[in-house]
Amino acid sequence: MALYFNLAVSFAQTTDSSSYKARKLKVEEVNFVSGYYQQNGNNSAVTGGIGTEALTDIANTLELKVSKLNVTGNTHHLSLECGIDYYTSASSDNINPFPVKERNGSYQLSGPSRHDVRVYPSLSWSVQNDKRHLNYGAGISYSHEYDYSSKGLNLSFSKSSKNYNREFGIKLLAFLDQWTVIYPFELRPVGYGSGSQRDSLPVDTKPRNSFQATFTLSQVVNKRMQVALIFDPSYMQGQLTTLYQRVYLNDGEERVEKLPDKRLKIAAGLRVNYFLGDRFVIRSFYRIYHDNWGNTAHTASIEIPIKLSAFYSLIPYYRFNSQSGITYFAPINKHSPGETYYTSDYDLSGFTSHFIGMGIRIVPSKGVLHIKYFNSFEFRYGHYIRNTGTGLLADIVTMAFKFK
Amino acid sequence: MKRVISKYRILLLIPFLGFVCGSCAVVKPYQKMYLNDADMELSARKSEKFEQSFQLYREGGSGANGGKSGGGCGCN
Repeated sequence: MALYFNLAVSFAQTTDSSSYKARKLKVEEVNFVSGYYQQNGNNSAVTGGIGTEALTDIANTLELKVSKLNVTGNTHHLSLECGIDYYTSASSDNINPFPVKERNGSYQLSGPSRHDVRVYPSLSWSVQNDKRHLNYGAGISYSHEYDYSSKGLNLSFSKSSKNYNREFGIKLLAFLDQWTVIYPFELRPVGYGSGSQRDSLPVDTKPRNSFQATFTLSQVVNKRMQVALIFDPSYMQGQLTTLYQRVYLNDGEERVEKLPDKRLKIAAGLRVNYFLGDRFVIRSFYRIYHDNWGNTAHTASIEIPIKLSAFYSLIPYYRFNSQSGITYFAPINKHSPGETYYTSDYDLSGFTSHFIGMGIRIVPSKGVLHIKYFNSFEFRYGHYIRNTGTGLLADIVTMAFKFK
Repeated sequence: MKRVISKYRILLLIPFLGFVCGSCAVVKPYQKMYLNDADMELSARKSEKFEQSFQLYREGGSGANGGKSGGGCGCN
């Protein structure tokens, strides 16, 4: 994105920089993205690797991007984004599948997380210095849902070559999270709360922190091709175990999941984009991933936007993922009591997955529906197939509206 | 031997990168008609945001695709 933006502004370099004047805040664009996701499977970690994984999620984000050119010729960019998700989760409902007596004497039949709302605002600021080919910035973010909150901070820096054909970027991110500890109904210590708002018994909160550094090298290869190499190490510490996920051991005992409290992840990716002829763009991506829990994954994707006309594009895409799974995973009734760490979370098992879909994008010269500022509209549908356990199927629909 | 190659497979990217950078042409701003096309962006689109989110939750691997690899629960 930064490279693209720099490429775009490189045209502006032909103008005399002495003509720069401070100007008022300018609205660059407004983006509204709305999505609907649903999944179904029968390997829920909440019920020990068996049971429904049915989940629906309605997600919306609104982003406002503004800019201001100052007297020194630097452009300041400010982006304010707010997202709201509403989700229902059948597996979370099984944290507490039995009636629980509340303070008022009534009985609640369902768990505290059977449906929830997640709100996640973020603010980012960056400065673009065309004279020195620099771009630097910072951002903050926040996320809140019923039992989980996250505060994020990021810093970024990038430097382009004089001809804007090469760019090196660094981004540092930190997330400081707090997690309310909720146990399954039958494994809750005596005197420990259910986590329900109406339950007066106390519950603990535990921290989970994540630190990430992203290094990106982008390079224009020729008039039709550009590539990016990404190196992305990250480190997590704290409460990495999901304490309301059950594990059934091979001797019949039931426990809650237990995983190490540290995780080091390393990912390296390569993007290659090529403009073929006048109608096709080939967007390809490959990633190798490894972590110290023993999971190695390979991900490859290809997307081929087809320009049907100057205003309409059809966008078929396919993504493949294969992962070995972490060392601590085993299905229900397979873990033995002597093991230090154990989980039956199939998200962490070995599997291959396929994600295939199609999108359509409209960018009319007079605006979508002849609305001048309605710049573009994109619709995407994707189908996801995961082959672990008894399998998981998911569908996602996304609509993206851009105003500028 | 096969294991050694597998372990250091990532190092094979270095000569590849050297080859790519070494064979790069100098492209002038007025020659960037194709490169400046929106579909040539070297990052994920905004419309892929939610797809990346659910993949982050449903899979053990993450990172290197512009999305975050930490923060947020994603435990449902």
